[in-house]
Amino acid sequence: MSAVIPYISKPHPVTGVTNAKFGIWLFLASEVMLFGALFSTYIVLRVGAETWPHGSEYLSVPWAFANTVVLITSSLTMVMSWAALQMNNFAKYKKYMGATVLLSFGFLIIKYIEYSAKFHHGYFPANNTFLAIYFTMTGLHGLHVIGGIIVNGYLLFPGSKMWSTEPERFAGRVECAGLYWHFVDLVWIFLFPVLYLL
Amino acid sequence: MNEPYGWWLPINISANGAPIDQLITTLHWFMVLLFIGWGIFFLYCLFRFRARPGHQADASPKHFRLPTYLEVGVALFEVFLLVFISYPIWSKVKNDMPSDEEAMVVRVTAEQFAWNIHYAGKDGIFGQTSPDLISPEDNNPIGLDRENDPNAKDDIISINVMHFPVNKKVKVYLSSKDVIHSFGIPVMRVKQDAIPGTVIPVWFEANKTGTFEIMCAQLCGVGHTRMRGEIHVDTEEEFQKWLQDEAQYLDEYSDAGQREDDSDV
Amino acid sequence: MSSHHEEGFIRKYIFSTDHKVIGIQYGLGAMFFLLMGFGLMLMMRWQIAFPGKSIPFIGKLLTQDGILSPELYNQFGAMHGTIMVFLGVVPMAVGAFGNYLLPLQVGAQDMAFPKLNMASFWVFFVGGLVMLYSFLLPGGAAQSGWTSYPPLSNIAPAGQTAWLIGMVFLITSSLLGSVNIIVTAVQLRVPGLSFFRLPFLVWAQLVTSFLLLLAFPPLEAAGVLQLMDRVFGTSFFMPSGLVVSGQALEVSGGGNPLLWQHLFWFLAHPEVYVLILPALGIVAEIVATNTRKPLYGYNTAVYAIIFLGFMSFIVWAHHMFMTGMGTGMSAFFQATTMIISIPSVIVLTVLLLTLWGASIRFTVPMLFALAFLPMFAIGGLTGLPLGLTASDIYLHDTYYVIGHFHYVVAPGTLMALMGGVYHWYPKITGRMFNKTLGKLHFWGTFIGMNGIFAPMFFIGMAGVSRRLYDATIYEMARSVQPLNVIMTYSSWLLAAAQVLFLINIFASLRKPKEAAADNPWEATTLEWAAPTPPLPHQNFPEPLEAYRGPYEYNTTSREFAPQHLQEA
Repeated sequence: MSAVIPYISKPHPVTGVTNAKFGIWLFLASEVMLFGALFSTYIVLRVGAETWPHGSEYLSVPWAFANTVVLITSSLTMVMSWAALQMNNFAKYKKYMGATVLLSFGFLIIKYIEYSAKFHHGYFPANNTFLAIYFTMTGLHGLHVIGGIIVNGYLLFPGSKMWSTEPERFAGRVECAGLYWHFVDLVWIFLFPVLYLL
Repeated sequence: MNEPYGWWLPINISANGAPIDQLITTLHWFMVLLFIGWGIFFLYCLFRFRARPGHQADASPKHFRLPTYLEVGVALFEVFLLVFISYPIWSKVKNDMPSDEEAMVVRVTAEQFAWNIHYAGKDGIFGQTSPDLISPEDNNPIGLDRENDPNAKDDIISINVMHFPVNKKVKVYLSSKDVIHSFGIPVMRVKQDAIPGTVIPVWFEANKTGTFEIMCAQLCGVGHTRMRGEIHVDTEEEFQKWLQDEAQYLDEYSDAGQREDDSDV
Repeated sequence: MSSHHEEGFIRKYIFSTDHKVIGIQYGLGAMFFLLMGFGLMLMMRWQIAFPGKSIPFIGKLLTQDGILSPELYNQFGAMHGTIMVFLGVVPMAVGAFGNYLLPLQVGAQDMAFPKLNMASFWVFFVGGLVMLYSFLLPGGAAQSGWTSYPPLSNIAPAGQTAWLIGMVFLITSSLLGSVNIIVTAVQLRVPGLSFFRLPFLVWAQLVTSFLLLLAFPPLEAAGVLQLMDRVFGTSFFMPSGLVVSGQALEVSGGGNPLLWQHLFWFLAHPEVYVLILPALGIVAEIVATNTRKPLYGYNTAVYAIIFLGFMSFIVWAHHMFMTGMGTGMSAFFQATTMIISIPSVIVLTVLLLTLWGASIRFTVPMLFALAFLPMFAIGGLTGLPLGLTASDIYLHDTYYVIGHFHYVVAPGTLMALMGGVYHWYPKITGRMFNKTLGKLHFWGTFIGMNGIFAPMFFIGMAGVSRRLYDATIYEMARSVQPLNVIMTYSSWLLAAAQVLFLINIFASLRKPKEAAADNPWEATTLEWAAPTPPLPHQNFPEPLEAYRGPYEYNTTSREFAPQHLQEA
């Protein structure tokens, strides 16, 4: 026995969104507040600091640039996978979603290379507030990437069974995952200049 | 007031405390008045409109004007309090800060769980301090560089007891070594958080002599309750006498310290 | 298309996705924590009134001599606040009442995301366990106040780390819950139930959920930063050159202790409204039902709480007037603080004016709702001297502050919540509670609460700081010490009254079910249209429609016109 809940796959006539899409927008609003607080922390620490290193003194701009490209590409493939579902092309969906997940792994691998280089040089979060905020923000962003991989991985393999039973609902799920993924991408697009370039 | 402490505001010994007391008193009269008026209406309603046989609720839509006027009145009164009373007092506290020349300057450094009161001594110049030199064993709680800085030699450090003369502006540079404390002297109507890493100036002027208490107002650890300090508001003569005694004691102590060092070797 | 297979015990009562079961789980969990927080307070109160005397009965279990140590005192203080706010009142007001009533009041079969709802409860449960576990850690639980100001919290024993981890769980739970409530209230309303036909409680939950959604993440960020400080040795909140007990701390420094306070109060001020808004909602429901007339100025009240929600995000620094703030910033925050008092006054006025022309039934829930009004008024009024910097200089961090916010949340919110439990008890259980016991509980609670909190204003006026383990070492505190004794005895009265409450709500379950429990108060909102208790996973036997506003008492030819009845 389970409750009948309206607007799971069809949008609400007045608000124009499904429950899940409304929910994900609310969730993203709270995420904006989370990262907003961290960016504010960055500003407060930087304004209050006597000296603040230039990002490139500690960090590798080329790797970060590569990661920016990887992440933006993954956002594109994410959109393509959703578009494939809209065109009823499930095979193409699988291909693009697979690419998205692979690219996300690529991002993490590059991040791992970066982190281990830092540790190798003896740069740890405790060294100074710049490194502290660098590790905290990129670490938290990395956790979000891992979260995205789990969700997208689910939608790629076990979760994709829903396509044959409730295609509309499944496309809705992919769209929500996509919104989340674009947000993760967007956070990185802020992180990159703030931490590496300024 | 005969007793200094009772169930209401304690004795006020600050030259600037009266407006604060007035504001608090005015506010409370205002609050009591509102509450009583409000309460009478409330109780009247409860009695008059209680459910009873033959009584039916009157649900016809109504619009009451009076509450709106009352609310606007309350809001205007709040604006008045804000603009004409609170802003000026706060502005006096913050902006009329006396310069270091006008006032007697004292540095207060809080720690778990004591107030270190630091006077410049005879030369009127504070010695250098450094966190590296802090050493409770050597009786140097604030890291005063008595070795190398000539200005530091005559500096007086008093723990938990703060002497200052009556009818003279006192300016305190407040800081903390470890955690956040709050420097509260209720009888002086003074309170200021002591934040590690920053130095915040506070000023006050006493108009009565006597001994009163400093109370830490911010939870600072297990000994928060023990962080009791005293202010001794002295006459100018008493204060000078105290300074001299302290200076003399300092001389004797540093000689004694020297001897101890020798005996160690 | 309900398939009638029975669910197993675990699916039905433990890992249920039914909003009603989850609501009850939240309610029982919150009640446990409320009693625990109260128990901690009883022990602290003993020490405050009789410093250095061993606690009767249970003191020997805590320490060898039965005297509460300062370490335990600080732990109990910090955990009393944390438990009451994050594990007691919020789960009760939003978790229990929100979950149970909101879908019913909008006519839905369940929350929009039932599985997420279950997850939110279990995340809360884990958070609660972490908090409880922290008492067993070496050095004990968190002891830096519920506000956990660094650097003190950064150098505190391991319990603080557990506190932070627990908070991350509780925050996550609240976020999941608030997304669910907002989506349910907006998307799942039955046809005809337009926004301005929603019961006021639904509006209150909606605004509350927005506050939770947007204000909690900054605290989560702050919690992560403090965890970094404590676990990885960073210095987000540690300035350079700290020396603790004569030892220089080995940290890089460069951080800012006030940063925590900003992030904390950015949450914790809206949090105050999170605590009070659902209570206002509950009181509005009870008042409308028991005055037998519509809420006076319903629309105004709705606009007022929406405005309140917005304003609550820009008043936070009034908790920080004593941190060395300049005139410009303090002027801004004083002004916003004065402005935010206006919508609160409006809601209170709305409730008060509803009494005019009413036919007031003094039922047990109504007694609690009526008592809420003056109690909340005292809490609100005493906020005034704290919101003006000039008087705050003197009153900041004194007992006056404790009196102020406890009047808002204890005789205020808690009494409203108790009233809510009585009001909806028949709908939830199908039984009526014992009315005499209920009235005794009310008077015991009312007198006990006032006996505890009213003297705090006088102690605060005398200048006594809060969080003191033993204030009697101060000469200026000795004159008000007799008040502390009165308060401690009042707390026993309050405890005794709560025993009656527990007996009443648990013993009444043994009574036979009453058919009249479907709508014993003759109320109009949709939850009373459901069978008793509402059907599992379905609530209503048939889909409903709403035909009118929430409180149509005596406005038509009927004494009361339920929302779901087409004919008036």
